[in-house]
Amino acid sequence: MAELLRLEQIVKSFAGVQALKGVDLTLNQGEITCLVGENGCGKSTLIKIISGFYQADHGRIVVTGQPVAQWHPIEAIRAGIQVIYQDFSLFPNLSVAENLALNSQLSARKRFVNWREIRGIAQEALSRTEVDLPLDALVSDLGVADKQLIAISRAILQDARLVVMDEPTTALTEKEVRALFKVVRNLQAKGIAILFVSHKLNEVLEIAERVVVMRNGEKVLETPATQVDARQIGVAMTGREIAESTYDFTPPEGETPLLEVNQLSLPGAFEDIHFKLHRGEILGITGLLGSGRTELAKALFGETPAQRGTIKLNGQPVSIRSIQDAIYHRIGYVPEDRLTEGLFLQRSIGSNIVTSTLKALLNRVGFVDSDRVNQQIRDWVTGLHIKTQDVSLPVRSLSGGNQQRIVLSKWLAANPEILILNGPTVGVDVGSKDELHQIIKDLARKGIGIIVISDDIPELMATCNRVMLMRRGRIDEQMTIRQTNEHDLSAKLRQLAV
Amino acid sequence: MATMQTPPTSPQKLRLDSLIPRDSSLIRLLVITVVIFIAFSLAKPETFPSGTNLEAMARQMSEIGILAIAVALTMLSGGIDLSINATANLTAVTAATVLTAMTASPDTDPGTVGLAIVLAILAGVAVGLLCGLVNGFLVAYAKIPPILATLGTMTLFTGIGTVVTKGAAVFGQARLSELGNGEIGPVPIPLVIFLLAAVVISFILSRTKYGFDLYMMGTNPQAARFSGINNRSVLLRTYLLSGMLSAIAGIIILGRIDAARIDFGESYVLLAIMICVLGGIDPSGGFGRMAGVVLAVVALQLLSTGLNQVLFENSGANFFRQFAWGATLLLVLMLNYFSQRQRQRRASSEK
Amino acid sequence: MNWRALFARQEFIILLVLIALCAVIAIINPTAFLSVQNLFRILRACIVIGIFALGTLMVLISGGIDVSFPAIAITALYISTRIIVDTGIDSVPLAFLLGALIGLGLGLINGVFIGIFRLPTLIVTLGTLNLFRGALLFFVGSERIRLSEVTTNLADASRLNLITVPLARGEASLHFTFALLIALALLVWFILSRTMLGRAIYAIGGDREAAERAGFNIVRTQFFIYGFVGLLAGIGGIVFGILSREADPFSIVGTELDVIAAVVLGGALITGGRGTVIGTLLGVLLITVISSNLVLLGIPTEWQRFVIGVLIIIGVGIPALQALRKRRLRVQTA
Repeated sequence: MAELLRLEQIVKSFAGVQALKGVDLTLNQGEITCLVGENGCGKSTLIKIISGFYQADHGRIVVTGQPVAQWHPIEAIRAGIQVIYQDFSLFPNLSVAENLALNSQLSARKRFVNWREIRGIAQEALSRTEVDLPLDALVSDLGVADKQLIAISRAILQDARLVVMDEPTTALTEKEVRALFKVVRNLQAKGIAILFVSHKLNEVLEIAERVVVMRNGEKVLETPATQVDARQIGVAMTGREIAESTYDFTPPEGETPLLEVNQLSLPGAFEDIHFKLHRGEILGITGLLGSGRTELAKALFGETPAQRGTIKLNGQPVSIRSIQDAIYHRIGYVPEDRLTEGLFLQRSIGSNIVTSTLKALLNRVGFVDSDRVNQQIRDWVTGLHIKTQDVSLPVRSLSGGNQQRIVLSKWLAANPEILILNGPTVGVDVGSKDELHQIIKDLARKGIGIIVISDDIPELMATCNRVMLMRRGRIDEQMTIRQTNEHDLSAKLRQLAV
Repeated sequence: MATMQTPPTSPQKLRLDSLIPRDSSLIRLLVITVVIFIAFSLAKPETFPSGTNLEAMARQMSEIGILAIAVALTMLSGGIDLSINATANLTAVTAATVLTAMTASPDTDPGTVGLAIVLAILAGVAVGLLCGLVNGFLVAYAKIPPILATLGTMTLFTGIGTVVTKGAAVFGQARLSELGNGEIGPVPIPLVIFLLAAVVISFILSRTKYGFDLYMMGTNPQAARFSGINNRSVLLRTYLLSGMLSAIAGIIILGRIDAARIDFGESYVLLAIMICVLGGIDPSGGFGRMAGVVLAVVALQLLSTGLNQVLFENSGANFFRQFAWGATLLLVLMLNYFSQRQRQRRASSEK
Repeated sequence: MNWRALFARQEFIILLVLIALCAVIAIINPTAFLSVQNLFRILRACIVIGIFALGTLMVLISGGIDVSFPAIAITALYISTRIIVDTGIDSVPLAFLLGALIGLGLGLINGVFIGIFRLPTLIVTLGTLNLFRGALLFFVGSERIRLSEVTTNLADASRLNLITVPLARGEASLHFTFALLIALALLVWFILSRTMLGRAIYAIGGDREAAERAGFNIVRTQFFIYGFVGLLAGIGGIVFGILSREADPFSIVGTELDVIAAVVLGGALITGGRGTVIGTLLGVLLITVISSNLVLLGIPTEWQRFVIGVLIIIGVGIPALQALRKRRLRVQTA
């Protein structure tokens, strides 16, 4: 196979932190290479080096045998390299046609715009991927799957020689993933090199010919896909074998459940949801994207309240119409998107911890009682083993695992009865992951009712005593953890798609 | 000073050194202010550091200072308030109208005068709060970008004032002149009010839940919402406060010049924004302190008056002042830019 | 385009409002409103604000805001006039050339701060607004120059008309600079919709990072935007001088927020990415009709600002409410 792009000893640092510590990578024509690694392992940085968005501090980029002097997005595009970013890099304010044609216009160094030509290019792009989209619609009016189709069509259009896909399946339903794989194999048949970045191992093994694993800014494994299995890749990604114990729990006979949900519905998001949660119980909710799991969590937290149905807390019907209501009823929510929804990155560790509980820390006249504030901050920093010397430092300065502890402590400070954790360990390194799971289980043992929303099956197996599968806004199946195992649960999740 | 932004610093951090601002841009501003003062004192030793001059400066900077505090609050929330001056003028017009209606005759009895003054101030503040309520509603509930909402209400409030006054001045019948021109001891009353406003607002920012929520919401409204902060109520209260402060400024202006015109001081809006930025308030929200705003007001006033005196023989002193304002703003922006870049470099070379 | 999409466009709504307003005025006071003289008067009043609005449109689309253009305009006008008076070369084209060059130069100063140092646009232009105007008044001069006293050609340019229509009593004429407005509007339209540079401006306003990834040169584009806005401001300043037959260094500054309001009314988003030339011209026309013809409705002139204020709030409120409704709908269909 002919070599297309070779990266040699690429080093890249940000604010003193080495994101890439001398990475070599070779990509060949007509080969599908999968790049895997935990969040923060440096794979996103590597992609941005390939696309010319970042410039490497050290190292060499060689295109078809020729070392390049300059490597900016425009040179990368001219060399036939197309990157489909997770956020698709589309312009929401422009039409579908223009989004499709803009890049090719740019790389052709066009100075003027010929709208008829743009429509032609767009039509051509859509016909190559055999999708049908309204050319004049604004991209901001389209859904996620459509946006992805535009991004792919646009990349293929560019006479690409290398297509890099950054977590392309994250927002897709299983059916759409099948369609995507078909397109990818099509590209491969045309001799295009594919770099497929993912953290979903089953998908990787299905599509890849070669697997490259990264950890902590280094390449730790490179092998033909036929010679590894998911477990080996997992070990390479994490650097160790993980064996976590399961969480056993049986609610006491006749106890009134902490939370009882009946016929809960929010049209378009979820329908007719029933379940119970006891004190000390950890309930996992899983399902594919768009199954309504996140919407259900947000409804329980009052963010987008449900429209019908009842919620009972300790047997008493309650009404949760706003986040303030939920907090009043001592429900806490750790959001999926920690960086934008969970934390105030530029603010101090201390401020973050007390955000939700300041009301309880006022003195009799209604002013902030700094002694009690400081006391509470110290308690949680020590209680959750948050590693920091100075609580007045911004949260940004902490690692992912410690950041997630801050979000947790913010809610624990509010002394919740129910804690909803949406993707509790997304973006957290492996060591912290175990510890977080341990913390979650300890909290449950103290009598908090916990709901974990995740599509990380091992995580569900390690933390929950009961799992609920959601599909198209409805509960598909509920089972205790002893009625299932990792393999079975993964299979069930995959079946939901069909 | 340093306790302003707290609550959340650890107790061992509260040492003596926290009494001087740790924030490097604030120190820079303090140095600039002192340098300006010394430079003009050396250039004009008889007139510049004199008591009369200091008093005159104190009087002049108070109105704009209060307006700047109003803008600073809205900037902390991640917004802006362009309607401060319109609100101040509408307030002044209202108060002056009350005073004229009740005490136009020179032999009005003292009781009625007293009542009229109280009513005028109350009516003025009520108008200010109402203006703030309109802004708060448009920003918090209708979710209109603050710059546009307050651009609209600026025009609207000025429009209402124009309709009421037909564009003419309304006189205050000298009833509030003590407020605008009087002193408490050696200190001019407007300065007392300005400093009081600054202290009260910093106290609110540092020691109340509202202040804490304002900083958090300004930093990341999304995370604030998920933390249970009621963003709408925080925004509404911010614009109410801004309206009330503008109203106070309006009443002081009425007291000082004994007349209310709806088109008075149009340059105040942009000047107040400039002061906030100079004072280290982050226009994108969440960061900045009242101490910075006060320092920036003082610095600009020293600069203006000093230039006036140094260039006395030149008729264009006022114009040079405007030039100097712009230059100072751009200079400070550049200084902050370069010091930030240097800090980033240092951070990246450390490891 | 279907009817519903048409109705959702702010340009169309503004057009309807404008037509309705004109219809009402025409019914109430047909003789005064429906005259060639009045039409020309309205169009003449649009010229300067229209030229400024075209520049503002470009900045808003790119996601920025510029409040310094009035200072650039008056500086360009005043310095050009002084040069013409001092050199004695009394030429209208020279005035425009000088004005455009001075405007371009000052605009590029904004470009340096915004493009290279990446400072926030509102704050930078607030600084340069004060800087330029202060420098003009202090270093160049603060005395009003009456063109008729020192020039002939330049002063006479105020009577240079594009069309003159003889009327029963006297005549009505439309000033030649109206053609300039139309030409500039066509130019801006061409740049925005027919050149890659224009698409870069939309792209930056839509998603700056995506624009960078796609390979647009952000710094160069921003230099163009602020330089071009300065150039338009310079030309607008010269037109203002010709129409008012004087170079008054105290004029123009103070109109910045009105111009921004007109552009926003015309459908440009202050958050960037959206806006059209036709919408901007309609916004300018609407504001001009209101400010010069409200009196024909029997509404006293002092209501002018009130009406414009209400209009702005409604104008910016509608898209905000639409966005809110759209978000709610999305939750229900997700």
